Amino acid sequence: MPYKILKKNQLGDSGTLFEMDLHTPLIAKKAYAGNFIIIRINEEGERIPLTIADYDRENGVITIVFQVVGKSTLLLSHQNIGDELLDIAGPLGNRIHIEKFEDPIVIIGGGVGIAPCYPQAKELKQAGNRIISILGARTKNLIFWRDKMASVSEELIICTNDGSEGIEGFVTKPLRELISKQKISLVIAIGPMIMMKNVAELTSGNEGLPRVKTFVSLNTIMIDGTGMCGGCRFPSKDGEIHFACVEGPDIDGHIVDFNILLNREKRFAEFEKQSYDLYKKKCKKFDTQ
Amino acid sequence: MVKIPRQKMREQDPSERIHNFSEVALGFTKEMAEIEAQRCLQCGDPKCVNGCPVNIDIPNFIRLIKEGNLLEAIRSIKDYNILPAICGRVCPQEIQCEEACILSKRWEPVAIGSLERYVADWERRNQLKECPDCEAPNNIKVAVIGSGPAGLTCAADLARFGFDVTIFEAFHKGGGVLAYGIPEFRLPKEIVNDEIETLKMLGVKIKYNMIIGKILNIEDLKEMGFKAFFIGVGAGLPSMRKIPGMNLNGVLTANEFLTRTNLMKAYKFPEYDTPIKIGKIITVIGGGNVALDSARVALRLGAEKVIIVYRRTEVEMPARKEEYHHAVEEGIEFQFLANPTKFLGDDKGNVNRMEVIKMKLGEPDASGRPRPIPIENSEYIINCDTVIIAIGTNANPVLTKSIPDLKLTKWGYIEVDEMGKTNLESVFAGGDIVTGSATVISAMGAGRRAAKSINQYLRSKYL
Ligand SMILES: Cc1cc2nc3c(=O)[nH]c(=O)nc-3n(C[C@H](O)[C@H](O)[C@H](O)COP(=O)(O)OP(=O)(O)OC[C@H]3O[C@@H](n4cnc5c(N)ncnc54)[C@H](O)[C@@H]3O)c2cc1C
Ligand SMILES: Cc1cc2nc3c(=O)[nH]c(=O)nc-3n(C[C@H](O)[C@H](O)[C@H](O)COP(=O)(O)OP(=O)(O)OC[C@H]3O[C@@H](n4cnc5c(N)ncnc54)[C@H](O)[C@@H]3O)c2cc1C
Ligand code: FES
Repeated sequence: MPYKILKKNQLGDSGTLFEMDLHTPLIAKKAYAGNFIIIRINEEGERIPLTIADYDRENGVITIVFQVVGKSTLLLSHQNIGDELLDIAGPLGNRIHIEKFEDPIVIIGGGVGIAPCYPQAKELKQAGNRIISILGARTKNLIFWRDKMASVSEELIICTNDGSEGIEGFVTKPLRELISKQKISLVIAIGPMIMMKNVAELTSGNEGLPRVKTFVSLNTIMIDGTGMCGGCRFPSKDGEIHFACVEGPDIDGHIVDFNILLNREKRFAEFEKQSYDLYKKKCKKFDTQ
Repeated sequence: MVKIPRQKMREQDPSERIHNFSEVALGFTKEMAEIEAQRCLQCGDPKCVNGCPVNIDIPNFIRLIKEGNLLEAIRSIKDYNILPAICGRVCPQEIQCEEACILSKRWEPVAIGSLERYVADWERRNQLKECPDCEAPNNIKVAVIGSGPAGLTCAADLARFGFDVTIFEAFHKGGGVLAYGIPEFRLPKEIVNDEIETLKMLGVKIKYNMIIGKILNIEDLKEMGFKAFFIGVGAGLPSMRKIPGMNLNGVLTANEFLTRTNLMKAYKFPEYDTPIKIGKIITVIGGGNVALDSARVALRLGAEKVIIVYRRTEVEMPARKEEYHHAVEEGIEFQFLANPTKFLGDDKGNVNRMEVIKMKLGEPDASGRPRPIPIENSEYIINCDTVIIAIGTNANPVLTKSIPDLKLTKWGYIEVDEMGKTNLESVFAGGDIVTGSATVISAMGAGRRAAKSINQYLRSKYL
């Protein structure tokens, strides 16, 4: 089955963030917030998980947003409109829990993690919730989908580490303020592992602030995405073993043992670098920069 | 005749083969096959046939080899078993047909598995594969979920009954454990792919990347016109005991280790993108085929030392005997009667040692094997860079969860009658998702029985 790329855009002007529309009618039909796909670009390729950031059931299209961090994402960024990906499997993972809450929901997207926030905000808003969104990144160029997020949020807060847009500092700064001055029913945080860890700590009730139920999206290293390999596993604080692909990817942030998980995610670092460098060298002659 | 010694397959030399992924056993030559075929006594009441889970007419195909009629020999096997090149390589013959062979009472049994393999390889090498006879197409659509040996066999038989069969496979490749579990040096993937091509010859369609229960469920398939369903999704979920240190880097499941190497070809990194990390000393926990395969893959990836830690003894090991001998020849070290109690790591969170406790054997347990009992205060340390956990698998709930009324056992396996029928009309199942981890041949047998009942069911209802 051909999985054609229908659209490709660069997001911001950092050169590392891309948005792609893929023609996958069956997946589009079943996709919900929280679901992801696993793609393989070519015969030698890895299976890499990417969140379904938007879906259009009528036209059979799903949208992915990705950041170039290594070989596979760089290779993906080199694919163009009309090209076909070798494999796409999904929708994997569970749909997020949808409920109408009393108080507002805070949804936090860090960097490329902004994209998966969109369908979650959209579906939760459709269920009658009030959404406060916080978008964070290192700098202004890495923030995207401002309008899309605004369209599903009652309030949109932007923060950048360097202060080039919105509040200067980490996403936890506005979050701290929000939960100290008003009742929040739920926090959702999607972004770098370290950001999710900090958010979960802030809302744990141990920081002099009220405890707020918090979901994080665990982007662990995966292979099959169906519970078969255990590669995606993460420990909870009570030492139990969980599989992010079948239990998540959205997980109660207060049970996750982030310290162990942060270390687990480094286990292939040397190989990832080798693979990336090799590919970079190969591309050099095509490089326009 | 009994004085002729049992022929032994040629093999790659251990010192060479531990550096490559090419097949270890090289098969019989024509002469060897002919000599071995003469050893068969052609019993009037052949016990071997009963020992075979799919009752291949063993004396018949061996007689045909003896007569030099290999074409008829392969036809005769295929009447019972459509995957002989695979079964000849991976069946545990020593506890099936060959154990029942009358010669085994006083001498060595006929090398039935090697002969089966010989005929199948001959057919493939000479490209003599024939499209089996099929009944006229009846245009009734049947869905087969999973392309392991159970699904492949069921699909082939259904196609021969004239049905319009589509296999839905979760992965991007077919074959199930044959593709992602059993390594290249024991079962070349070329053979698995070849069998899948044969299915296509029969008109079977295969759709990859189709995780049923996610992208489509049974209800969707019904809407698409499928009238019956065979579930052969295997027992893919790795068992993981909660042992302290389990989350250290370097501790991984055999499924992850084998999938990375076999399916994703990590042994060809960086030509292929998927990496694998092993280090110098590897320990493997378990005593089955999965443990042995993991150990031997680790060796070929460049490990200096590989130690299998098993809580019972050599006698109780469920692995195929031939593979155990191969592993010993290759220098794999075995520590029997030992069980891990914890994994220990360095300051970077990488495993570097494991603590094991010595065991002794007690009374037989539910499995009929003696129960291993820990010996108090007998703990000792093994240094290691990687630990591979191969202590079994459980039912994968992804599909079964999507069929709420499907009757399951308390362990999550599908309940079926002896003909593979579930409690739901039009839904059949077989293979590891029914029995728990078993064998290729038992999965095939189940696929075959289910195909028969699906045929009966659909004929009585629609034809
Ligand atoms: C359920 C799920 C959903 C995801 N959704 C998205 C998404 O929508 N957009 C997106 O850009 N990325 C997403 N990711 C992460 C994405 O899969 C990885 O960035 C990608 O696999 C990296 O491949 P690579 O070869 O380019 O980099 P690699 O060479 O594999 O890694 C380069 C760097 O990225 C880190 N890395 C590797 N794998 C992951 C990972 N799984 N998660 C986070 N960091 C990783 C490595 O530690 C390393 O520092 C998701 C991951 C999961 C599990
Ligand atoms: C490493 C290893 C070595 C082994 N060695 C031997 C041996 O030497 N001899 C022997 O006889 N047996 C051996 N076995 C056991 C044997 O391979 C299995 O018993 C047999 O493969 C089971 O067949 P199956 O068809 O039931 O399932 P599987 O082979 O497990 O195939 C199931 C298939 O279903 C697919 N699937 C799962 N879920 C879904 C879904 N929701 N939708 C679509 N598809 C799905 C899977 O991706 C897979 O392809 C070994 C097993 C392993 C793991
Ligand atoms: S990705 Fe393999 S078990 Fe989760």
